[in-house]
Amino acid sequence: MSDQLILGTRKGTLILDRTAEGWKPRPIAHAGMSVSYAARDPRDGTLWAAMDHAHWGPKLSRSKDGGATWEHLSQLAYPAGARFIEQHMPMPDDDPSVETPNTYKDATLLKVWMLTFAGPPGTIYAGTLPGGLFVSHDGGDSWELNRPLWNHPSRGGDLFAGNATSRNEWGGTPAAVAYGEFVPGIHSIVVDPRDAKHMYIAVSCAGVAETHDGGQTWSPCNRGMTNDYLPDPNVEWGHDPHFVTLCAGAPDHLWQQNHSGVFYSDDGAKSWRKVSNKDVAVDFGFPIAAHDTDGKTAWVVPAGGDSSRMSVEGGIFVARTTDGGESWQTFRKGLPQEHAYDIVYRHALDQRAGRVCLGTTTGNVYISEDAGESWTCVGNNFPPVHSVRFA
Amino acid sequence: MAHVSFTRHLVQFFPKLAAGEVPGATVRELVSELNRRHPGLGGYITDETGRLRRHVNIFVGDEPIGDRIALSDKLAPDAKVFILQALSGG
Repeated sequence: MSDQLILGTRKGTLILDRTAEGWKPRPIAHAGMSVSYAARDPRDGTLWAAMDHAHWGPKLSRSKDGGATWEHLSQLAYPAGARFIEQHMPMPDDDPSVETPNTYKDATLLKVWMLTFAGPPGTIYAGTLPGGLFVSHDGGDSWELNRPLWNHPSRGGDLFAGNATSRNEWGGTPAAVAYGEFVPGIHSIVVDPRDAKHMYIAVSCAGVAETHDGGQTWSPCNRGMTNDYLPDPNVEWGHDPHFVTLCAGAPDHLWQQNHSGVFYSDDGAKSWRKVSNKDVAVDFGFPIAAHDTDGKTAWVVPAGGDSSRMSVEGGIFVARTTDGGESWQTFRKGLPQEHAYDIVYRHALDQRAGRVCLGTTTGNVYISEDAGESWTCVGNNFPPVHSVRFA
Repeated sequence: MAHVSFTRHLVQFFPKLAAGEVPGATVRELVSELNRRHPGLGGYITDETGRLRRHVNIFVGDEPIGDRIALSDKLAPDAKVFILQALSGG
């Protein structure tokens, strides 16, 4: 059970404490600055915020005193020679019969999308736009790009060494367009609690990849995934996971909220199966949260389809499955059911021992103390919420 | 030496930052010296490739620098340099 929440918002980092009078926000930290992700490293208590500065470039900020003071860090950066194959948003007048030659661009950090604290003390992973996975082994003082993933054949091969030797199969994410590029992004980094060398990452728009050797080699694991926007729904790459997580107590159970529905794996992502149920509006959405110990239990916050991307019919609800997606229960008690046009971003739902919290881009934050069945509003006037994490 | 002034927004990240004289024959050399004096500051002004960040401006006198890629603009000994956030930012 956690009595503290950390929110990354459009206008700063918010820490909320559970008190006898309910959840109380502290004065905002990083006031006025956009924070794409904020979380606490459970191993040493360090608080982290991924700063999404509009002017100054993405940076990290950390607090080793529980949020009293923050230290600004600039070390996370792409190394010289890191390049990617440029992609362009499809345009109506594109001629698909014309093969355009590859053009290359030097990678610069556009956004730190997610941080994961796992493995030996001091090891931290960062997922970024334009599709780089970074690792620090010294508590964030220095970072290095994971080159095997950056140089993967699915991305054209080792572009440090020369031009592409294979076809790029990683697509750009619309989430990158605001940064002036159409590039992939790593938004999910999941480390197997049984074996820190076994990790999954999820990429918009490519799919899920896995390593068993601490990041030296990577393989796609998208078998069973389907999509509804490509002629071949069963491609190896080209999927659009919105968020991927696993059950810490049953790590072969993975959950994926995808652009094309909710997917579940009970065999360590060797295969996925679609467990959406449109009859109860469980299909499209961004976040998904897994239970701590029960591999068959997860929560989603469904949204209208990709053409609307807001609450379904003006009401926010949370859906929970306790049987591996065979069935879904929907819960609305305490959540607005009229004139609600909120959307919950991919990192803005979290669960810890039956406490569930969600934050919306409309600045509304709700907490459930009964595994998602009823909800209490914590506030309605927060900045747009990018991430919610129990401390 | 050029006289450099900064937007106050940078002071929240680098509290010791203050207007003053900084050596450099070009804007690049000046930014490099600033980064030496204030480790990390260079990464707020330029990206990893050394380009001026999209929403940052450097003026020499009243004119924005011409070379945002390599910052090769030359600086006269009495140049006045302003490092500002661009109005284009979010």
